[in-house]
Amino acid sequence: MSLETFFQHLSNGLALGSLYALIAIGYTMVYGILRLINFAHGDIFMISTYIVFYGVTMFLMPWWVAFVVAILLTGIFGILVERVAYRPLRDSPRISVMISAIGASFLIENLAIVIFGGRPKAFPIPDYFNQVAHFNTISIPFANFFIPIVTLTSLVILLFIVNKTKTGMAMRAVSKDYEAARLMGINVDNIISITFGIGSMLAAIGGILWGIKYPNLIPLLGIMPGLKAFIAAVIGGIGDIKGAVIGGFLLGMSEIMIIAFLPSLTGYRDAFAFILLIAILLFKPSGLMGQNVTEKV
Amino acid sequence: MIKITDLHVYYGGIHAIKGISLEVPKGKIVSLIGANGAGKSTTLRAIMKLEKPKEGTISYRDQDITFEKTQKLVKNGLVLVPEGRRVFTNLTVEENLILGAYARKDSDEVHKDLEWVYELFPRLKERRKQKAGTMSGGEQQMLAVGRALMSKPEVLLMDEPSLGLAPLIVKDIFNIIRKINSLGVTILLIEQNAKVALEISDYGYVMETGNIVLEGKGKDLLEDENVKKAYLGA
Repeated sequence: MSLETFFQHLSNGLALGSLYALIAIGYTMVYGILRLINFAHGDIFMISTYIVFYGVTMFLMPWWVAFVVAILLTGIFGILVERVAYRPLRDSPRISVMISAIGASFLIENLAIVIFGGRPKAFPIPDYFNQVAHFNTISIPFANFFIPIVTLTSLVILLFIVNKTKTGMAMRAVSKDYEAARLMGINVDNIISITFGIGSMLAAIGGILWGIKYPNLIPLLGIMPGLKAFIAAVIGGIGDIKGAVIGGFLLGMSEIMIIAFLPSLTGYRDAFAFILLIAILLFKPSGLMGQNVTEKV
Repeated sequence: MIKITDLHVYYGGIHAIKGISLEVPKGKIVSLIGANGAGKSTTLRAIMKLEKPKEGTISYRDQDITFEKTQKLVKNGLVLVPEGRRVFTNLTVEENLILGAYARKDSDEVHKDLEWVYELFPRLKERRKQKAGTMSGGEQQMLAVGRALMSKPEVLLMDEPSLGLAPLIVKDIFNIIRKINSLGVTILLIEQNAKVALEISDYGYVMETGNIVLEGKGKDLLEDENVKKAYLGA
């Protein structure tokens, strides 16, 4: 492999990894606070791409308006999913909530098929993002720079919110012990809504970037990235935000590199992610960043 | 300050509180003693709405709070130090204390109170940047009390503050309870350690299997033959 193609693969790996990371954060945040895998997360991600599509093609919004609208509406959509599918089951066994999550996911997918139609649509990519940067003989699409930058910026803002603000402190408190959090006067339901809102907004950012890189929209487009991001979250240690990002980059990069170095294995690309999941679950179930916490009683 | 009338609470399928009535007058220390499973914790949890009362009424400052939300109660100065401390082990000591003031809007006062809590518990000041989970049980109990004080309580409900602590630390904790009370905070205390509790209490109630079986002034209960036999090991 020439150095040129290697750099191209590297930039593709970074971009794909960033996208997984953005989606994985949503899984990990919700898990951290509710101990629930939000199976509808990939579908929430999918919704954001269609909001942009309709915003631009039907409501004739400028692309950046459509992006902002999509991020906000997807955030609200995530909050709504929690209200309808998870909140009524707050005191039920965890398995019921999990089944409800799977149900929510199927419902959103099938409603999307009915409403948006099964025929693929083209994500409206602004010209700006379609440019390609040339360095000597290496050509790298603009998006490949843009995607990791947006991801890291979002991560920095998120970590600031979680670690430095009062709301973030409340989120961490709720994730530890939500009865004790209630005793501090924290409205636990609000904090859970905020968590879903933030996670879904990050998924929307991921969705928009995904659309720019892979502009073919179908209602089931959230399934595979959703599963991969879930695997990324598990690799990083579910519940840990930085872990989710590391897991995302690791998974994206290895997927691309496997194809790059062993083109004959291209067909096994998806299988690889699942093999990795099984290996992690077998050898380090707490993930890379997860610790087995010992607590004083 | 708090008045409970004919309260019934079910805990899971069990009839845990079977129609108790009690009163906590302003400025006093009242204790609720009894064996494991007598329903003491459930009573406090019902006051804070962590359990739903089935029948009866609870009032606070002459207002019916039987169905009031926990967060509203905390805002109005009714604060529980839960059993087993329940500090946020993943947060620093200072973050725990600041969360205690979560419902308050007066940030200048909060800052002053933080300094005051640090004065009350110098150990917490030393460890302010440390994760709460790394501290000893006694220190965590101090943090739990400090955190509750940050909510600016008018009534402090305390669930087994001496649980699992060495005798010397228990003494410390009870001195602090008395000190807090002397600052005008009304206290409702639950204890298995009946002797220490009754010694500092103005009034006491004895609970057995969901009922109040005896009540009286703290000193009188200490002298009571039945109490002595059942709870004081005399």
